[in-house]
Amino acid sequence: MREALHRLFRAARGAGVRISPAESIDAMKAVAAVGFADRGLLRDALLLTLAKSQDEKQALADCFDLFFSQHDIADTAAPEPITNDAAASVAPALHQADAPGEPPLGELAELLLSRDRASMAAAVAKATSAAQLSDIRYFTQRGIYSTRILDALGIARLRDDLDALTASRPAEAERLAVMLQGLRETISEMVAQALALYGREESENLRNEILRHAPLARLERRQVAEMKALIRAMARRLRERHSNPRKRKRRGHLDIRRTLRRNAGWGGVPFLTSWKRRHRDRPEIVALCDVSGSVAQVSDFFLLLLHSLHEVVDDVRSFAFSGHLIEVSDILDAQPPEQAMREILSKVGYGSSDYGGSLADFEKNWMKSITPKTTVIVLGDARTNNLDPRADILRRLSERAKRLVWLNPEGRMAWGFGDSEMPRYAAFCSVVRPCATARQLERAVSDIIAAYQ
Amino acid sequence: MNPQLPAASIDAVTSGLAAAGYIASRQIATAVYLAERIEKPILVEGPAGVGKTELAKALAAWRGLKLIRMQCYEGLDEAKALYEWKYAKQLLYTQILKDKLGEVLGGAETLTAALGRLHDFGDVFFSKEFVEPRPLLQALEQPGGCVLLVDEIDKSDAEFESLLLEILSDYQVSIPELGTVVATVKPLVILTSNGERDLSDALKRRCLHLHIGFPEQRLEERIVESRVPGISQTLRQQLVGFIHQLRTLDLKKLPSVSETIDWARVLVLLQANELDHATVKDTLNVLLKYEADIETALPQLTTFVAKAGRQGVFG
Repeated sequence: MREALHRLFRAARGAGVRISPAESIDAMKAVAAVGFADRGLLRDALLLTLAKSQDEKQALADCFDLFFSQHDIADTAAPEPITNDAAASVAPALHQADAPGEPPLGELAELLLSRDRASMAAAVAKATSAAQLSDIRYFTQRGIYSTRILDALGIARLRDDLDALTASRPAEAERLAVMLQGLRETISEMVAQALALYGREESENLRNEILRHAPLARLERRQVAEMKALIRAMARRLRERHSNPRKRKRRGHLDIRRTLRRNAGWGGVPFLTSWKRRHRDRPEIVALCDVSGSVAQVSDFFLLLLHSLHEVVDDVRSFAFSGHLIEVSDILDAQPPEQAMREILSKVGYGSSDYGGSLADFEKNWMKSITPKTTVIVLGDARTNNLDPRADILRRLSERAKRLVWLNPEGRMAWGFGDSEMPRYAAFCSVVRPCATARQLERAVSDIIAAYQ
Repeated sequence: MNPQLPAASIDAVTSGLAAAGYIASRQIATAVYLAERIEKPILVEGPAGVGKTELAKALAAWRGLKLIRMQCYEGLDEAKALYEWKYAKQLLYTQILKDKLGEVLGGAETLTAALGRLHDFGDVFFSKEFVEPRPLLQALEQPGGCVLLVDEIDKSDAEFESLLLEILSDYQVSIPELGTVVATVKPLVILTSNGERDLSDALKRRCLHLHIGFPEQRLEERIVESRVPGISQTLRQQLVGFIHQLRTLDLKKLPSVSETIDWARVLVLLQANELDHATVKDTLNVLLKYEADIETALPQLTTFVAKAGRQGVFG
């Protein structure tokens, strides 16, 4: 049973419950205290020791139910008796098999014909553990694991028996074939469930890994939802990494007020000193996002990421532009992401982009909001449709701001070719980096936040 | 029951807590049972007023143990939570012992010799007599064991959590001048949190994580029965039914168990035998603590009262 628990832990890790070795030891102790007899109790005990939040409790409970429903399948693994008539006819048939002159049937055939559900279940469970079904990781392995289990059950011998019976007693052979079919179905169901249980972590990792490297601009529709989930996970990771920075070393000026108060007990003799701490600036970000044509999708993900970072970023102001530029911070804060993006696109989206005009819009209305603490991020492909790029505005912008970061969803190869004005803009940027994939996006945002710490 | 022994079964825990006036769900009873068996603290999370703190009180009452409560707040530090030196006493003693010190040191010829003699006395002023134990140290030093309640841990700073780790995992604290103080009898530790901020994984890992939500209808009826004995069965069912419907609304602060009990007491005082529209309307401010919530609930009252009334008849 300990073996089974370890498999459950592994499955739970796949489902997103973080279980450390120390916790699994605690869980084992708890299980030893409550015993295995009452499944509800076992479930409660595991939920108490392993899960550390409501979400994890839910995930673990689902995992637990799935895990034990799998074992229930093993209980019902033996095929159901078809009809009573068939059951009646099997008895004489078995007697015939014992008759002298006939070769005895194999173990599996006997088992199937005997309808002994308990020993059938035991045999299936044994074969399953022999085939190490819990090591299944990818959906492509379903076939091989089914085959392994059937082999372990003795399918080869059963086939011989089937051939022999077809010659001597066709009726019984037919019944055996039906039962074999049932067995196959049960086992493939078991394997599918095991995949859902144990393979989840790996296949999810694989899918996410592919997704992280996929170009954002060319995602398929069904991938967009998955990508949004990934972006949310990214935001959580960034928050965790940056929200609780280590305190700066205590040095510098003495905080006289606090020192006197702390040492009041000694009549003001300063045994314990307090030092003034340096205030750490939290990032102030102004983001200008191109929402024309192919860049719109990338901007969507970028804005979603930026606006999920409230805890670590003091102040984000977002602007969207293609032909002209508008502020979109309020739209993004007030509405759920999908709806907000739709509204933004309906206002400024999908036009042909005019970088010069949009920069002029920004200078006219919002240039004053840029302070030496602000990081300005421009996300766009810098394709100006041969209009005036107005790089002079970008120069003034970079002079006012702490940093000016340009994220370009096109690869470096394309910069400067055709109507791309990237080289001209790049001269005024602190950093220029490509951000075609989720991975690059995460790196870029992480670096921007880290620059403040 | 011998307080030193863990309860024999989960049912024993349930009945023990019930004897102390706390009706526990099976989850809660399992948590208490396991906490005693595998000697781990319980971290209780859940909305305000569902009986997180009550659990610790009931546990202490049932076990006949002392309850040591530490209310957490922002800025709580080890001087207030763990131990402090009695500075005044130290100063006073040095003054009183001045002559004695003079005697001891009087014979010494040189400064080095005087220092050497002083060293022979060791750290007299940093000994156990001069330590002022705060709740955490008190809990470890109780000879018969105790229930330690660390209330609203989410209100304290992240640094304080780290301070707790040693106590939670090993039931000991290290005082630099004295060495390590190990618990004589391991206390039952209960931490509560309202989820105002996320606690660190290191803390969570050391605890059994128990989430207490709003109780089911039957359980809540039993809680009211145990807390407000004077209430009639019909009224009890109607009242709990009404509150369960109220919780389905989108309110700023949902009424929790403590509000249910308060309301039951109010209704008993008003000598109401049945829930009717007028009484509910007049006493709604016991249940709902925001003006906006009352406004949300008012239009639904008639339906809720009618439904709750039917429950009283058939339930």
